[in-house]
Amino acid sequence: MSNSPLLEIKDLHAGIGDKEILKGLSLTVDKNEVHAIMGPNGSGKSTLANVLAGHPGYKVTGGEVLFHGKSLLAMKPDERAHAGLFLAFQYPVAVPGVTMVNFLRQALNAKHGGEMPIREFREKLFSKMGLLKMDQEFARRYVNDGFSGGEKKRAEMLQMAMLEPSLAVLDETDSGLDIDALRTVAEGVNALMNPEMGLLLITHYQRLLNYIKPQFVHVLIDGRIVRSGGAELAEELERTGYEEEEALVAGGKA
Amino acid sequence: MTTAETLIKEGGYKWGFYDPEEALFKANKGLTHEIIDVMSDMKEEPQWMRDFRHRALDIFRQKQNPPWATEQLNDIDFEGIHYYVKATDKDATSWEDTPDYIKRTFDKLGIPEAEKKYLAGVGAQYDSEVVYHNIREDLKKQGVIFLGTDQGLQEHEDLFKEFFGTIIPPADNRFAALNSAVWSGGSFIYVPKGVKVDIPLQAYFRINTKDMGQFERTLIIADEGSQVHYVEGCTAPTYSSDSLHSAVVEIIVKKGARVRYTTIQNWSNNVYNLVTKRAAAYQDAVMEWVDGNLGSKLTMKYPSVYLMEPGAHGEILSLAFAGEGQHQDAGGKVVHAAPNTTSTIISKSISKDGGRSSYRGLLKVYEDCDHVKSTVRCDALLLDKESRSDTYPTMEVDAPNVRVQHEAYVSRLAEDQLFYLMSRGLTEDAAAKMIVNGFVEPIVKELPMEYAVELNRLIELQMEGAVG
Repeated sequence: MSNSPLLEIKDLHAGIGDKEILKGLSLTVDKNEVHAIMGPNGSGKSTLANVLAGHPGYKVTGGEVLFHGKSLLAMKPDERAHAGLFLAFQYPVAVPGVTMVNFLRQALNAKHGGEMPIREFREKLFSKMGLLKMDQEFARRYVNDGFSGGEKKRAEMLQMAMLEPSLAVLDETDSGLDIDALRTVAEGVNALMNPEMGLLLITHYQRLLNYIKPQFVHVLIDGRIVRSGGAELAEELERTGYEEEEALVAGGKA
Repeated sequence: MTTAETLIKEGGYKWGFYDPEEALFKANKGLTHEIIDVMSDMKEEPQWMRDFRHRALDIFRQKQNPPWATEQLNDIDFEGIHYYVKATDKDATSWEDTPDYIKRTFDKLGIPEAEKKYLAGVGAQYDSEVVYHNIREDLKKQGVIFLGTDQGLQEHEDLFKEFFGTIIPPADNRFAALNSAVWSGGSFIYVPKGVKVDIPLQAYFRINTKDMGQFERTLIIADEGSQVHYVEGCTAPTYSSDSLHSAVVEIIVKKGARVRYTTIQNWSNNVYNLVTKRAAAYQDAVMEWVDGNLGSKLTMKYPSVYLMEPGAHGEILSLAFAGEGQHQDAGGKVVHAAPNTTSTIISKSISKDGGRSSYRGLLKVYEDCDHVKSTVRCDALLLDKESRSDTYPTMEVDAPNVRVQHEAYVSRLAEDQLFYLMSRGLTEDAAAKMIVNGFVEPIVKELPMEYAVELNRLIELQMEGAVG
């Protein structure tokens, strides 16, 4: 793993079809760091999350992404997961008929390249569920099928806890959560964070950052990071909104 | 060739092997009154059965294929089929008494082993005749009858004659007529009043001879308050020419009785599988069909329940998987012929590599049948753009006070689901298998564990190389 940073995004250009959404995005995230990317709707936040995880619907047209020093963009989504990347989805899809426990077991087996003893797996599962204050019955439900917004986000956190990624990308994890659910999810993330891990929070609003404290905040406007700073930047944005930055970018273009 | 190479060549079908033909008797190809006399002589049948067969052949010759049937049905050459192939003289009650090559075949299929582990009784049919039948001693003592159908006729003629052909008369459809003319083998089951057979009875059907027709005939009578679960499985060698399997299954579920009939159909892809299955359920009786169709070239099969008296309940769970060159035309029929009756039909189909699956169903409620409740739900999953799915539901509701729900959905293997599962480390193949297994879960979970495992394994074999 050498001394290369956890994640290095260099001048990334990507979009859907012919529409370019990311227009030269650069960012470095190292282990034991929490970064937040904030931006208004349509700025490219979800595109970034999907491109990192390898969604086939997005096309990368330029730049590179190194993960543990290796080219991430050449990998398939499952290889990215094996390399240690995890995306907590904004809208996790339902997989009816597949229980959480079966799904998690197969995902873990795939990661370890072999069958994990069932007992070891169960112990791990129940301890992580305990950490996230989840009822054990939850493991028997079908993946995201009929889950409430809060349950979906908690299920994402459970997957993250089980897979123990080196980099977790949380895409709008606060959306659709009431304040209690938000607190529970955020506490879960904090409990899972460790010094070997990096965290990239993607969010429109500052409220998640009240619970998960970032060291670095970046403002994403129109596919580029236009400003970076510390935690105080998030508070400033909460007061002033994105208008100032957007105006700056628009002005720059003109 | 290695096993793996053979598997790939046969498209993942593991049961395509065949035994050298060592039949004691093999009728010449073709369907004639003479063949019927030969069969009836060899089986030493009563005159009424011989007459029944001859009449049925006349009916068959007058009948056409159903007008809604796929054109593929016209490809069957009824004169190019051996209608009766008898491998051995004996319906043994011990595997040791079956010919060595037949025992080896059923060993390969895992039947004797399953019998020891989790079955209450087993019947095994090889080509036209039942070669093995056995039932647990305690059930026999309680009066449960589980025999080959020919033996059932020999030993219990009165009971047999009371019900045989009453649920599905020869004139019902062309293939019921054909079966009635040349039927051979199948299971004859009687469960006495109040007796509950708590673990399954299984029959296994194997076609070996090339260009052969198998026409088993099953008759199940569940007396008042009794209970039984019957499971059938089937396989055949992979030949370049087609075989025909055309069975008739009649079930009588008397007052308060409960019958579940589970099929795991895994014929090789050169078998036409044209089967008529029907049950009559009386007061407060429950009839359940669990019908899994994975193999065959063309299957046409719509298990039916006639709800004859108040309180009767019918349930049909149909699962079809159509791969390359396969057409699964499956579904179910429920006829509400009494008030206060209920039914559920759940159909799940998967099509891949240009395979075609059709749901064909009938829900009929006769007039004066108030307080009927019925739910029909069909889900079709298409794994690629070449595959096809059709739904042909028919509803004839002639009573005013009924609650009927019908839902049908067709979906494609969703890119978002694949991506989601892959993002957790599953390969594309593993992700597709997981989605398909989830899709069929509502049906698989109804099966005893051993069969659920078997069915999932068969689906996974069908799924090999499904994506990418």
